[in-house]
Amino acid sequence: MTTLQPPAAAEPRPAPPPVRRDRRSWKGWGFIGPFAAVFALVFLAPIAYSVYLSLFRDQLIGGTTFVGLENYQQALKDELFWASLGRVALFLVIQVPIMLGIALLVALALDSGRLYGTNFFRITIFLPYAVPAVVATLMWGFMYGTKYGLVGDFNSAFGWSLPDPLSADLVLASIGNIVTWEFVGYNMLIFYAALRVVPHSLYEAAEIDGASQWRVITAIKLPAIRGALVIATIFSIIGSFQLFNEPSILRPLARNAITTDYTPNFYTYSLSFSGQQHNYSATVAIIMGLITMVVAYVVQLRGMRKGA
Amino acid sequence: MTTPVTTPAPAGVSSPPRLRRVKEHRPGRPRRSKLLTVLTSLVVLYTVVPLIWLVINATKTQAGLGSSNGLWFADDFALWENIRDTFTYGDGIFTRWLLNTLLYVVLGAGGATLLAVLGGYALAKFDFPGKRGVFATVIGAVAVPGTALAVPTFLMFSKMGLTDTPWAVILPSLVSPFGLYLMWVFASEAIPTELLEAARMDGAGEARTFFTVALPLLAPGIVTVLLFTSVATWNNYFLPLIMLKDPDWYPLTLGLSAWNSQAETVGGEVIFNLVITGSLLTILPLVVAFLFLQKYWQSGLAAGSVKE
Repeated sequence: MTTLQPPAAAEPRPAPPPVRRDRRSWKGWGFIGPFAAVFALVFLAPIAYSVYLSLFRDQLIGGTTFVGLENYQQALKDELFWASLGRVALFLVIQVPIMLGIALLVALALDSGRLYGTNFFRITIFLPYAVPAVVATLMWGFMYGTKYGLVGDFNSAFGWSLPDPLSADLVLASIGNIVTWEFVGYNMLIFYAALRVVPHSLYEAAEIDGASQWRVITAIKLPAIRGALVIATIFSIIGSFQLFNEPSILRPLARNAITTDYTPNFYTYSLSFSGQQHNYSATVAIIMGLITMVVAYVVQLRGMRKGA
Repeated sequence: MTTPVTTPAPAGVSSPPRLRRVKEHRPGRPRRSKLLTVLTSLVVLYTVVPLIWLVINATKTQAGLGSSNGLWFADDFALWENIRDTFTYGDGIFTRWLLNTLLYVVLGAGGATLLAVLGGYALAKFDFPGKRGVFATVIGAVAVPGTALAVPTFLMFSKMGLTDTPWAVILPSLVSPFGLYLMWVFASEAIPTELLEAARMDGAGEARTFFTVALPLLAPGIVTVLLFTSVATWNNYFLPLIMLKDPDWYPLTLGLSAWNSQAETVGGEVIFNLVITGSLLTILPLVVAFLFLQKYWQSGLAAGSVKE
């Protein structure tokens, strides 16, 4: 996405030559205006409001008082918050590489033209994207069951004793599996679309030079889709930090393993809606937002610098 | 597509291929590989087995779910009964949820697409005061995690009296930064500026120019954005979870999740068979839409990745 490079601002846009540059008028606002207005209402206003909220505290005695940055101090010392952040960080460093790795391999396989039925593969691997997280989680939750689910079926059919995927030790991996299942095809498609537009003259040149397939992949294809790789990575990072749907829907099946502060998002949700601590919840959300933005920004810088 | 000038036979092709029947446009079509096909099939297996599980288990009664293997049919085939029960259970609340979802998709995703098309067109084809500011803000906002917004948006909406109404779900759905980005890229490439100039010379106003010249050229991009915003709205869970208390306004995702957790409440009827059948019914429309609109969204995504 555009997070990567602000095209209009930094690059010279592929606009017409400066023949009649007096087009700069307010007319454009007639078209962007509606978007800008709604954007201000549902994006900017809530951000401003949450900053405002985070500076206050609602107490039983004295009501709402201005406390400056005290909420932030509290959050930075909050072990529940750090534990939840640690969980999504662990999730991030393991799940994201696995998911993007599989997606990339499949995209390369599809693009190589060496598969029978490329089209079939592309569409079936993409299909889970159309499945809502709720349905995906309910489905996998049923399958994970050691009593009535598939895991139980395997155990009784083959005499195995598979571990409980919803136990405290494994539940994070089980969530990772669900997320991978949901998004592997989507990422594959992003990579595949990027691979498709690599100019074929490059391949022909490589062929003349007698380059091996592997060499073509590492020297031509991967550098050519660097932008797509960085985009997918950033999206996956944002997604991991926001993890909520899967753990919250799985929770009824794994009450002890998934606590209400399992992920930062879950934590802010619980703070706000079970605990009525709106101010503190807004603070945690802001901190989380800042961390996400910093991490996404660093990844973007690193990803792009390698290319330069 | 480029016409193949030379068709160098890939190494290893013994008999000269039937050159007359060259269907592929890519020169030097590599030989298909069984091994690669098998390996990719494993990924297909991974993505498809849960969906097959869903279809199979939608045919079982609540009792059959517990007593049969998850990957095979139970003795009694109850798909039609399940579908009927899904629609009639709880005074037909599922139908209500379906209609709600449709309402959110039509107004939310439809509106989001409209705003994105107008805005993308403005960014691509106009130079207006504050354009850079709009750009920077939208780009920055993309990196803000939904978490940071959800709670403050809820509090804000609750002050405005919007919570527990359809507007609470529709309004935030109206902004799709990704859609705006996609339409901006698409409009820059699909609409020649000369064409717009010509229309203006002929005395067409801006609105007329947009509707008669620009809009038809944007059609494939519009379908793509519409499809992806529809999926996002159809699959939305977190936002309605926060905003809605009244089950009469639930979308399907929230309703299914409520049916699922009903099993835990004291005296709650266990209706996993309806949860599973309802899940199947929920994903069908999207799967069908993706299959039928393949051509559009794949070309749309490709366009999005060109300008990495």
